[in-house]
Amino acid sequence: MQAGPKSASDPLSSDRRDAAWYVDKAVQVLVFVGGISAIILIIGIFAFILIQGVGFLASAFDLREFFGSPRWAPTSDHNTTYGALALIAGTASVTGLAMLVAVPFSLGAAIYIAEFATGRTREALKILVELLAAIPSVVWGFIGLSIMNPLIIHAFDVPVGLNVLNAGIILGLMAAPIMTTIAEDALKAVPDGYREAAEALGATRWQIVFRVVLPAARNGLVAAVLLGIGRGFGETMAVLMASGHSINLPTSPFDSVRALTATIAAELGETAVGSEHYQALFTLGCLLFLVTFVINLSADLIVRGVRRR
Amino acid sequence: MSKWSVALILIAVAACGRPSDGPGGKRVVIQNKGSDTLVNVAQAWAEEYKVVNPDVAIAVTGGGSGTGISSLINGTVDIANASRRLKDKELEMARANGIEPIEFIVGYDALAVYVHPDNPKDEFTLEELAAVYGEGGSFESWSDLGVDVPGCSSAEIVRVSRQNNSGTYAYFKQAVLGKGRDYKMGSRDMHGSKDVVDLVGHTACAIGYSGLAYATDEVKLASIGLTDAGPFVAPSVETASDGSYPIARPLFMYTRGEPTGVVKEYLDWILSDVGQQILSDKGYAPVKGISRGD
Repeated sequence: MQAGPKSASDPLSSDRRDAAWYVDKAVQVLVFVGGISAIILIIGIFAFILIQGVGFLASAFDLREFFGSPRWAPTSDHNTTYGALALIAGTASVTGLAMLVAVPFSLGAAIYIAEFATGRTREALKILVELLAAIPSVVWGFIGLSIMNPLIIHAFDVPVGLNVLNAGIILGLMAAPIMTTIAEDALKAVPDGYREAAEALGATRWQIVFRVVLPAARNGLVAAVLLGIGRGFGETMAVLMASGHSINLPTSPFDSVRALTATIAAELGETAVGSEHYQALFTLGCLLFLVTFVINLSADLIVRGVRRR
Repeated sequence: MSKWSVALILIAVAACGRPSDGPGGKRVVIQNKGSDTLVNVAQAWAEEYKVVNPDVAIAVTGGGSGTGISSLINGTVDIANASRRLKDKELEMARANGIEPIEFIVGYDALAVYVHPDNPKDEFTLEELAAVYGEGGSFESWSDLGVDVPGCSSAEIVRVSRQNNSGTYAYFKQAVLGKGRDYKMGSRDMHGSKDVVDLVGHTACAIGYSGLAYATDEVKLASIGLTDAGPFVAPSVETASDGSYPIARPLFMYTRGEPTGVVKEYLDWILSDVGQQILSDKGYAPVKGISRGD
């Protein structure tokens, strides 16, 4: 009876391995596994993609063709070419246009929510923005296919409305909520002392926002944009439906394009497992993984930079 | 939730993987997967077969010829539907897995060429189609074909095609472009026959191809001729059956090895007059008697 409280209060140093000790150990292991599972999963996924694609990298892969040729013709009878240039250009053009749409929208929304809105308006806006992030991508794709397509055809008198413009707008609207949330957090992290000091010097509210708050939150805002870009690179369904899915080097926003992700989604289901085409698709997957990994990592490092200061 | 439900689904799928001629009224499931061209008629067959033999359930899934054949190679389906013949490579892979695919021709499909209803052109020669779709072909605008399409001010021919593993894509390539010739880059590659028809119906500048069974009121069917002199033949069940329509293709079902038991009964029923009538009602041309490929 007297040893009871002692071992319970200090179970690890006690010699007695009672129930509390085992519970403690079990929870420790559980938390540890939970903590490193993300790392194991990331490494595992990358290893899996790499192993699936390595056969192609070792045999048919030609660096100059892969990054230099716009001809993606994996099922050609006599002239099989694996040129990813058009796919890379497709993904880049759609993502670029999406950022043109999303950056002003999301930064504006974040500044308004963080600096100007008060009370109920503010809470309602925050909830609505987060709600917007929850719309499934296939619904966005459907909007692109059935609403934006005829709108673009009529508004610009172009032959087909499934193009960079359509996919870019859809993707911009998809990326805006998450960018808004992160940008708003960055603005909130700027100490109030900065604002008060600026106000004491006689600055107007706009001057405070543009001269004091935005420069101070710069890193967080850059991270928000980078995460939005990462989102754009990785998005599949909406881009597949809205971009026109056409192998093309785009010269105007009205050209149909094809994204890396959409190519994998459309072709992987119908290729024989282990064939050259299948491995080539996994190589595209590797490329995507590396690009999004670098983008997310740099976003993360930049955010860390802001916290340390 | 998701991990367990996925596990349960996997177990369920594994359990249904093989038809087991279980004793005493136990329900047998035949897994049937593949061609999007065949999926509607395959579903109609499955529905009707419930009445013929209530002990057999047929699970029909689409996804494309390639998907069905991959599943056959991996041994997860009993019957694969395909709108193209098995490739040599696929046959090798199946044999490597210990599976000998047996081919049945279950019907014929006229591959229709669709244009927008406002498009005045309704006759194409194979040569014109090849110059529109084929690599190195010279036709880029509707004015090259001598037509002025209302509502299409740019006159650009918007080529609507299919993703590069579809059976329809492969057949059109072989029958229209000729062996060894590739498609021009830059076509809009849709992910299903229905999407092709939808897009053409909403786009004045567009031209597309898909199985005749997917025709709707929103598109116009073009007549096809072998030469400029004609005759130009409109796609229909009759013209596909009698061979006068130039781009009609056989539709296949592949089984894992010589079919036995319920799978054999089902295939016999499909090739019977009743089964072929259902196929014909869905817009495909029937075969006469059982046909075994090489």
